[in-house]
Amino acid sequence: MIKNISNLGDAAVYCDFGPEVNEAVNSNVINYFNHIANLVNKEKIKGINNLTPSYNKLIISFDLSLTNFSSLKETIQNLNIKKDIKRKNQRIKIPVCCDNEYGLDFNRLSKKLNLSKDEILKFFFEKEYFCYMTGFIAGMPFLGGVNEKIRCDRLETPRVKVPQGSVGITEQFSNIYTFESPGGWNIIGNTPKKIFKKSNLKDPALVKPGDKVIFYQISKEEYIKLND
Amino acid sequence: MTNTFFEILRPGVNTTMQDTGRNHLYHIGVTISGAIDQRNYKLANFLTNNSLNEAVIEFAYQGPLLRLNSGKINFAITGDVFFNIIRNNSVIEEGKCYQSYILNDGEQIDILSTKKSIYGYLSISGGFELEEMWKSCSINTKAKIGPNNGKKYSINEKIFIKKSTLENFKYRKIGYKNSFDNIVRVIRGTNFDYFSNEAKHIFFKEKFSVTRLVDRMGMRLDGPNLENIVNTNIKSEGLIRGAIQVPADGKPIILLSDHGTIGGYPKIAIVISADLDKVAQLSPGTKIQFEEVSLEEAEKLFKKYTEDTNKYLNEHS
Repeated sequence: MIKNISNLGDAAVYCDFGPEVNEAVNSNVINYFNHIANLVNKEKIKGINNLTPSYNKLIISFDLSLTNFSSLKETIQNLNIKKDIKRKNQRIKIPVCCDNEYGLDFNRLSKKLNLSKDEILKFFFEKEYFCYMTGFIAGMPFLGGVNEKIRCDRLETPRVKVPQGSVGITEQFSNIYTFESPGGWNIIGNTPKKIFKKSNLKDPALVKPGDKVIFYQISKEEYIKLND
Repeated sequence: MTNTFFEILRPGVNTTMQDTGRNHLYHIGVTISGAIDQRNYKLANFLTNNSLNEAVIEFAYQGPLLRLNSGKINFAITGDVFFNIIRNNSVIEEGKCYQSYILNDGEQIDILSTKKSIYGYLSISGGFELEEMWKSCSINTKAKIGPNNGKKYSINEKIFIKKSTLENFKYRKIGYKNSFDNIVRVIRGTNFDYFSNEAKHIFFKEKFSVTRLVDRMGMRLDGPNLENIVNTNIKSEGLIRGAIQVPADGKPIILLSDHGTIGGYPKIAIVISADLDKVAQLSPGTKIQFEEVSLEEAEKLFKKYTEDTNKYLNEHS
C-alpha cells in the first residue's frame, strides 16, 4: 500500500511506499504502476504524462493545464488495486570486461572497501541480481543484490561523461549505462551487449523490473569480438 | 514528398528538431525531451500559421546557416536572436524575431547567435518532413532517439520541408518581449529537510550562478555550499523537469528537458511550471535568486503563464 502521497513540485504526484527496499515492496509499486498505466491507456484518467516506478516510490507527472495535484491524489487514493498479473520474468546473462581501461573506479573502491580488485570482482560476479526498475537513461536497469562487502557510496562529484556500456555499483545496487551520460556510480567494467534497442519499438528495453541478471567476466579480446 | 529542403551550410552549436516532447516512456528511461522553451516554441508555430504541436528547429548559442533549395517558404524565428536573411540579390537583410518572412529558392537564413539567452526556434509554415518516434519528432541526442538518427544536425545535411509553395500565407507579427529576470520560483523538494537550517536559509537568500556545465539535460550551479545533514544519497527514484538535486559536493543541479528519469541525489526544491522556460534560457554567468512559493501559488502562476501565452496567440497584426 501507499504510505504517503505528496506533491513533487506543481506537476507531479509523489507516492511513497515506505522506507524499505525489497522485492515485496517493489512488486507493490509495479502493481500500482501497471494498474494506473492501464487506466491511462484506456483514457480513464486524463492529464497523466508519465509514470516512474522505482524501488519504493511511484512518481506520476502530469499536464498542469489538464489536471492538478489534489484531483489526482484523490483519484489514486480511491483506486481499487487488484492482485497483480505476473509478467513472465527472464534470466539474462550479461558479459563484462573489467580491464582497467573499462573499470574506472577500482582505486577508489579498493581504498574505501579495503579490498583488492580481484576480491571486489569475486564478490561482484558470484551474485544474481534482481531488476527493480529501468531508467535514468533509456533502458538502464537498476539491479539489487550487491554483496555487503562491496557496497560503496556514489562519487562525491558525478562524472560529466560515463562511457556507454559501463557497469557500475553503488550501495546494494548495480547498473549498466546504456548510453554515454553523466553519472556518479562506481564503474567496475563495461559490457559490449546492447541493453536498449530503439529499433525494437514495442519493447526496446532488454532488462525490465522483475527480471534476474547474471554478469560474467570476459577478456578484452572477447569484448572486442562481441562489440562488432 | 517535395524536393524543397534546407541545406545546412553551417550546423551551429546544438541544432536539433523539437516539439512538445515524448510522453509515457519514463518507466523505461526515455525522457520527455521537447523544446526547452515551450512558449517560444509555440509562438514560432503560431507565427507561421502551424498547429502549435508542429516540430521546429531548436538551436543554442550559435545557430545554423541554411540555404533553401527549390520552392518558396514562410518562416519565423523566436527567442532573443541575431539573424540575417541573405537574399538572392546578395542583399543582407537584418532579421527580426517574432514576425514571419518569405524565403525564396536559393536564399539563406544565417542565425548568428542568441543574445542574452541560450535557445531560439525556427519554424516553417507547414512543417518539416519527419518521421515520428513514439509520437514525437523531438531529437534526444543522449539516447539517439528521433529524426536524423537522434543526432544533432551537421554540415551538408538536408532537412526536407513538407510544403514547397506558399499556401494561405498570412503575415504575422507579435510584440513579445523575453523576460530576463533571474528570480526562479520553486516549491520545497521532497528532501528539503535533509539540509541544515543554514543551508535552507542560504538557498533562498544567496545567489547561485549558472556554470558552463549547461546542456539540454541540466544546469549545474555554483554558489555557497549547501550542507546536507541527513544523507547525500537517497534511494534512486523518479525525477521530473525542474527538480533541483544537490549531490554530495553541495552544488545544485537543475534538471531540464533531456533529464535522467531516475536519480539518487536529494532534491532541495522543484522549479514551478511557470518558470521552466525562463530558467532553461539563463546563460552561464547569470546569478539566480530562488524564491519559495506554495503549491497553490504555483498553480495560479501557471494559469497566468498560460493566459499570457494565449494572449500572444490571439494577437494578430
